[in-house]
Amino acid sequence: MTATTAASAAYIVAALLFILSLAGLSKHETAKAGNAYGMAGMAIALAATIGLATRSASGVGIGLLVVAMVIGAAIGLWRAARVEMTGMPELIAILHSFVGLAAVLVGWNGYLSVEADVEEQTEVAPNLLGIHSAEVVIGVFIGAVTFTGSIVAFLKLSGRIKSNPLMLPAHNALNLGALVAFAVLTVVFVVEPNLLVLSAVTLVALALGWHLVASIGGGDMPVVVSMLNSYSGWAAAASGFLLGNDLLIVTGALVGSSGAYLSYIMCKAMNRSFLSVIAGGFGNEGSVSADDRDYGEHTEITAEDTADLLREASSVIITPGYGMAVAQAQGAVAELTRKLRAKDIDVRFGIHPVAGRLPGHMNVLLAEAKVPYDVVLEMDEINDDFAATDVVLVIGANDTVNPAATDDPGSPIAGMPVLTVWEAKNVVVFKRSMSTGYAGVQNPLFFRENSRMLFGDARERVEDILKAL
Amino acid sequence: MRIGVPRETRARETRVAATPATVKKLVALGYEVVLESGAGAAASFPDDAFAEAGATVGTADDAWQADVVLRVNAPAVEEIPRLRDGATLVSLLSPGLNPDLVDALAARPITALAMDAVPRISRAQSMDVLSSMANIAGYRAVIEAAHVFGRFFTGQVTAAGKVPPAKVLVAGAGVAGLAAIGAASSLGAIVRATDVRPEVAEQVRSLGGEYVAVPAGEAEVSADGYAREMGEDFNRRAAQMYAEQAPDVDIIITTALIPGRPAPRLITEEMVASMRSGSVIVDMAAAQGGNVAGSVADEIVVTGNGVSIIGYTDLPGRLPAQASQLYGQNLVSLLTLLTPAKDGQLVLDFDDVVQRAITVVRAGEKTWPPPPVQVSAAPAPVAAAAVEPAPPKAPPPPGRRFALVGLGAAVLFAITAFSPNELIQHVTVFALAVVVGFYVIGHVHHALHTPLMSVTNAISGIIVVGALLQIGHDDRLVTALAFIAILVASINVFGGFAVTRRMLGMFTR
Repeated sequence: MTATTAASAAYIVAALLFILSLAGLSKHETAKAGNAYGMAGMAIALAATIGLATRSASGVGIGLLVVAMVIGAAIGLWRAARVEMTGMPELIAILHSFVGLAAVLVGWNGYLSVEADVEEQTEVAPNLLGIHSAEVVIGVFIGAVTFTGSIVAFLKLSGRIKSNPLMLPAHNALNLGALVAFAVLTVVFVVEPNLLVLSAVTLVALALGWHLVASIGGGDMPVVVSMLNSYSGWAAAASGFLLGNDLLIVTGALVGSSGAYLSYIMCKAMNRSFLSVIAGGFGNEGSVSADDRDYGEHTEITAEDTADLLREASSVIITPGYGMAVAQAQGAVAELTRKLRAKDIDVRFGIHPVAGRLPGHMNVLLAEAKVPYDVVLEMDEINDDFAATDVVLVIGANDTVNPAATDDPGSPIAGMPVLTVWEAKNVVVFKRSMSTGYAGVQNPLFFRENSRMLFGDARERVEDILKAL
Repeated sequence: MRIGVPRETRARETRVAATPATVKKLVALGYEVVLESGAGAAASFPDDAFAEAGATVGTADDAWQADVVLRVNAPAVEEIPRLRDGATLVSLLSPGLNPDLVDALAARPITALAMDAVPRISRAQSMDVLSSMANIAGYRAVIEAAHVFGRFFTGQVTAAGKVPPAKVLVAGAGVAGLAAIGAASSLGAIVRATDVRPEVAEQVRSLGGEYVAVPAGEAEVSADGYAREMGEDFNRRAAQMYAEQAPDVDIIITTALIPGRPAPRLITEEMVASMRSGSVIVDMAAAQGGNVAGSVADEIVVTGNGVSIIGYTDLPGRLPAQASQLYGQNLVSLLTLLTPAKDGQLVLDFDDVVQRAITVVRAGEKTWPPPPVQVSAAPAPVAAAAVEPAPPKAPPPPGRRFALVGLGAAVLFAITAFSPNELIQHVTVFALAVVVGFYVIGHVHHALHTPLMSVTNAISGIIVVGALLQIGHDDRLVTALAFIAILVASINVFGGFAVTRRMLGMFTR
């Protein structure tokens, strides 16, 4: 057993542990074990790699390695301990950007240590140089797109820049042009590797990543975040090809395909194709279309009357949306749930797959507020139960409960699966005003006979209801 | 203007067109009210009570000579000359069934308004005498049946043995039918009801009845709120249903009326013969020919097998005080509409569908029948048919899918076949890992999407391995870049796992 074979063996074990980790996360019961498997796999992989590195690296190198890891670990643990659950999407987006950045740096290093001094390098056989160069460009490209894309997503999610889609003229042509440029530059770099071309590729990729995410609106963020998750995986896989490291390839591919699958689920939940989300610009047309259709009158209700409704109900379903996260209302909502359940009222939650800004965002918020997870149900699990429900509380959701998606074939969101809240006896909609949702579509739900509007900040209104109860 | 309320002259009529309570409201509208002495006696409203409410009590001629004459029943032809020229008569007229009466009225320079022609629109509900009278009649029909029926309605277990509850079948779930269902079920009977309009099933259930549908056939949704005559096939199936029900129930109450037509025959002689002795049938349509074979208007007939058929036509009049009050209030609502200025001046506006619909004669000119009024009740079936559900997105034809898979395989083959050995190894690992990843993620619980993302994010920090291998390089720049890469990737690794742990700790059952 040499050091190299020992490392390879460790890598295989680590890769299997990662697979077990992802598999474990598919169920509540095994999720914590899954996370532990992941940590174990990572520990084994790091130990093996550091062991390998100590053989070749100088003392200074080892020192730097330890310093870098300690600083990184400290920052990571600090952020993880401090982050608000409503800020989860931002954290995940910025973490993706780190993977992207690391992939870019690893790619550059690959160039600097191989192609830059072809004469002296011993890592790559001369006949494989071309392939190595291609791997460098691809790794850098994916990494750079992930990097800037994640940064824009982070800025949008944390509200530092507007989440409106950026609409440059001919934005599709720009994206396509960037891809063509990338292909051309790759060929050039393979033929004659040089710093200028690599820089050009990096710049093109950085610009493409920025533009891609900038032109996607806020409501599509669940797709964007999981798409970036996927990209960060592919970036790691590309680095694995570059370094000839199977562990990186396996792990990157796992993460890449899982992110792609999540994106697919999100797109299906919005009844849109992946391409149309990536191409962006969906929210734009809607916000302009002020249609003059007469939807009738909406009826308001007070918090006290809502409390009366709830007191007399025997079953209640709460459908939260991004508005609940914005208003930080999850704690009050959880308190309301506890009170109602103490009165023997059946309270459940209906979660739309794209509610919030991150896949599963609502679940995490409700879990934080200590809502038992077995009353938090998915759209498909609960849609049939609305008809037998006395009161539905729509808290900060709009497009995901819009009956136009099923009734009006001309609606921009036609065909999107929605929570059929309008079948319940009473619907109370918590909303700031009568403005439209992300898709810019008016919601006929608000004008239905069994709908009541409760205007104002969601948290304050829920607290008012708690007081009245 | 002066309103006259003459005494009702029809035999057995106990109602009166005004009560002390409604007189007060008429006076408030600016009218002067003259009442024929004794008009309210049968309804237990003495003359003094009217006088107290502000009416003048006078002779029959005083009442007939008023500007506006309010009556319950249509005047007999010999009473029409008692109206003065230019007068307005308001009463039940049944203009569709009594063309001779309409002609006789039109021969005089008077205006005649038929209270029983109020269209069934929401705005006119407060004037709808048919509804208010039918409500009373339905209740009374149950009381009459209970009176004749020799047993309890409700089931009881007593020391002297068990009493089964009575079974009541109500045919026609209009206002009268619904009132009968409510009354019978509150007496404790088992109530079944049937109607040609399936949309009333819910109303039947809301009153405690059980809806018995006529077995499958075309759905009949009413456009004007009233039932219509049905096709032959439907009638045959309905007859079969009644034939099945008749021997099983103790009491049948029929309320089937079609406006302006003879009542449909629902219960045949055979069905009556199939009922148990002691059973009771109340035929609320006896005045229009009857729903039941053998019913006689205003009489109780006992058949050979001991079934009593009640054919009273004056059911509302059997609760005279209540009926008069409701009828009087309907009249007040109408006069409120006709007296927009509340100055005691009656104004007829033909642009208003309600006023147009009830006007049978205007100043000697016959205006019957009025143009039809559409009740907006049920345009639903048309709309429902128009909104076709969007066809589900067709899955790509299998041929295309195979082509795509084949193409992918060919490309992969081409790439690997021309690659050096080392790359092939990596591609193999890569391709298998992609597939494994896809299947591993496929069944993730929706609530765990966020933890899944943060854990995959931590795992993708594995890129730190690449940077670790580069840090020992002689080139300073390479080492520096590797340092940064290790740093940021470490944030990922540690931050990702830690935040996942934190999140998973929150999920509690």
